[in-house]
Amino acid sequence: MSAVPVNPIEPFLRMDRIPTIWCPGCGIGTSMNSFARAIVESNIDTKNLAIVSGIGCTGRVAGYVKLDSFHTTHGRALPFATGLKLANPKLNVVVYSGDGDLFAIGGNHLIHAARRNMDLKIVCVNNMVYAMTGGQTAPTTPPQSLTSTSPYGTWDPAFNLPQLVEAAGAVYVARWTTFHVRQLAKSMREMFAKKGFCFIEVLSPCPTLYQRRNKLGDGLDTMKAYKAMSKIRNGAPTSETALVRDGEIVVGKFVDRERPDYLGLMNAQMRAQLGDRYVPQEAQP
Amino acid sequence: MAKGTVCIQAERCKACGFCVEFCPTKVLALSSSFNSKGYHPPQMVAPEKCSGCDLCGMYCPDFAIFGYRLDASAEVANEG
Amino acid sequence: MKADARGVLTGVHFLDGDHACCEGALAAGSRFSAGYPITPSTEVVERFAARVPTVGGTFIQMEDELAASITIQGAVWGGAKAFTVTSGPGFSLMMEHIGYAVMTETPCVFVNVQRGGPSTGLPTLPAQSDMMQVRWGSHGDYEIIALCPNSPQECFDLTIQAFNLSEEYRVPVFVMMDEVVGHMTEKVVIPPADQIEITPRRHTAKPSNDGYLPYEASADLVPEMAFAGEGYNFHVTGITHDVRGYPAATPATQETLVTRLRDKIRNAASRIIKFEAENIEGADVVVVSYGITSRVAQRAIEVARQGGAKVGMFRLITAWPFPEEAIAEIAKKVKAIVVPELNLGQMVREVERAAAGRCRVVSVPHAGGSVHRPELIVEKILEAAR
Repeated sequence: MSAVPVNPIEPFLRMDRIPTIWCPGCGIGTSMNSFARAIVESNIDTKNLAIVSGIGCTGRVAGYVKLDSFHTTHGRALPFATGLKLANPKLNVVVYSGDGDLFAIGGNHLIHAARRNMDLKIVCVNNMVYAMTGGQTAPTTPPQSLTSTSPYGTWDPAFNLPQLVEAAGAVYVARWTTFHVRQLAKSMREMFAKKGFCFIEVLSPCPTLYQRRNKLGDGLDTMKAYKAMSKIRNGAPTSETALVRDGEIVVGKFVDRERPDYLGLMNAQMRAQLGDRYVPQEAQP
Repeated sequence: MAKGTVCIQAERCKACGFCVEFCPTKVLALSSSFNSKGYHPPQMVAPEKCSGCDLCGMYCPDFAIFGYRLDASAEVANEG
Repeated sequence: MKADARGVLTGVHFLDGDHACCEGALAAGSRFSAGYPITPSTEVVERFAARVPTVGGTFIQMEDELAASITIQGAVWGGAKAFTVTSGPGFSLMMEHIGYAVMTETPCVFVNVQRGGPSTGLPTLPAQSDMMQVRWGSHGDYEIIALCPNSPQECFDLTIQAFNLSEEYRVPVFVMMDEVVGHMTEKVVIPPADQIEITPRRHTAKPSNDGYLPYEASADLVPEMAFAGEGYNFHVTGITHDVRGYPAATPATQETLVTRLRDKIRNAASRIIKFEAENIEGADVVVVSYGITSRVAQRAIEVARQGGAKVGMFRLITAWPFPEEAIAEIAKKVKAIVVPELNLGQMVREVERAAAGRCRVVSVPHAGGSVHRPELIVEKILEAAR
């Protein structure tokens, strides 16, 4: 009797902590699944792969992945990751966090990390609410949505995340939904291999809070909606990727460009100014 | 003989239904049995149609299922 | 272990406190700093930005103090010794991350060159009014270590000590300077590297595949660290966690963890606490002070003693943990303890608490912006001696 194979992604997960805390139908687990597959398929050196997250449902990803992992403070995963990367430039540092964590409280850090073109790989799961704390309004919540802090419906315009990060300086910008598991894993692989500030927005259901309050069905209904309403437009201008409630979801790889990354710029400048006297960051003391 | 099969870890399942929906050959359905949390895990209702593509495994948010191809040597071992 | 000579500017220098602090950090082995400009602290990182690229390290000016205070922690986990520098308003912004450093046991150094507050206050003028904030400013129960230099030489020496203490106890350590000490220029002697003792990172000896638990305490209650990139695959979180570092938000884990974090410092208090005491035996009055105020107090004590008063001097070098036992002993023997400080009464509360009513405790407050006149302190000493 041949042995049953082990799921090839299990070695990259802290199986002693499964099942996860996420609700049935939540897409974060699916995004993490794609992430684990991207690790397997890219043959990346996992010893030098570190993951940093913020606070929120998506922030819990760091605890489930079997890598050097850092669950930091709300909104501050990017500056932590910046310090980690600069102290040990050999590390490939992924930041895995939610829309509220990265774009509300963390918004300032987001734009500066992108401006600097810090060599960091961002996975932003966008479920359009602050899920962990009970479904409050986020800067990505579409107008006329019900949330726990907008009991009469939201009216704020929502951010267009790909446009924002492109404008701030990101060199790789993509959006997929948790329905697009293969494309998501591929984008993640591309991101691992690319130097500079890389960003993937992953639309995910939050069936317990966003979907339920807004009568949008459960996780499966949302996944079917993603399938029906997504249009893959690789190379689309990010100005055309805004999300409209019940409208077309533009997905794809929008930006893939070259810009010197922060460390490249810093080292070049220091060498130009100091010549042989420049001593770059060394490894551990 | 099916080209593939799945391995289901019922205790991990939260019955989200992704695997059932997105299996390209509709191999799966939620069963009427329960796991200890009260969820209905999937079961193969058309195992002969399984190609081992592992789309179910790619979608599962809880790592409760994955598919794999039964290669020729494994088929022989199974029959033996 | 001895200091790395590349970071040690051996020699006799004429430096201000801010500059001396930077040299202390380099001598201690710090090769990473993240900062944000704020008067009167900025010179520390300006000098570091100029020095560290030829020593072997990185400075990054972050977008705010919230970022700086956690960027240094990322760098620590990447393997570097790291510090940041700020003053009042920036210090307030750093509070959450001070708690994160305590909770994750991340060794790092925060320098606060204190200025008048509250709020924007007196950006270019001194105060010592963050002394309670450094101890209690972040939410939750925790212990920290805070040192108070009173000269540029001490800015150098105590910054090295701060790094050493942070590595020993895996806790954030604070160098509480003030604007005068930071901007006064004095002789600073930097010895040769082999005369400077450095505490190395407490790295685990366990190989990465041998059941290393990131938060399993050693006998002295301090767990051993690893760095990212070595294959340990450890997890660090600010959530109440177990010895594996995994979130375990239960009352039982909370009790275990938070009391260990407290006892880690409390149990070692007698080894950590440093003070300078003179003429305590036979004194009627002892003046307790710290930082720049101790320089003024020194003059006041001199004058009072010349006039025949029996006055002793007690200078806090570590403000936290507070030397309660030493103060309690003094309180048994003297008529009064006089506490001048550049605030409306902060460390005096600790003196009162330790004295427990055994002697009078006289506060000599100052709202900040300049130093006390020695004459005022002399007056309070003589009053207290009556």
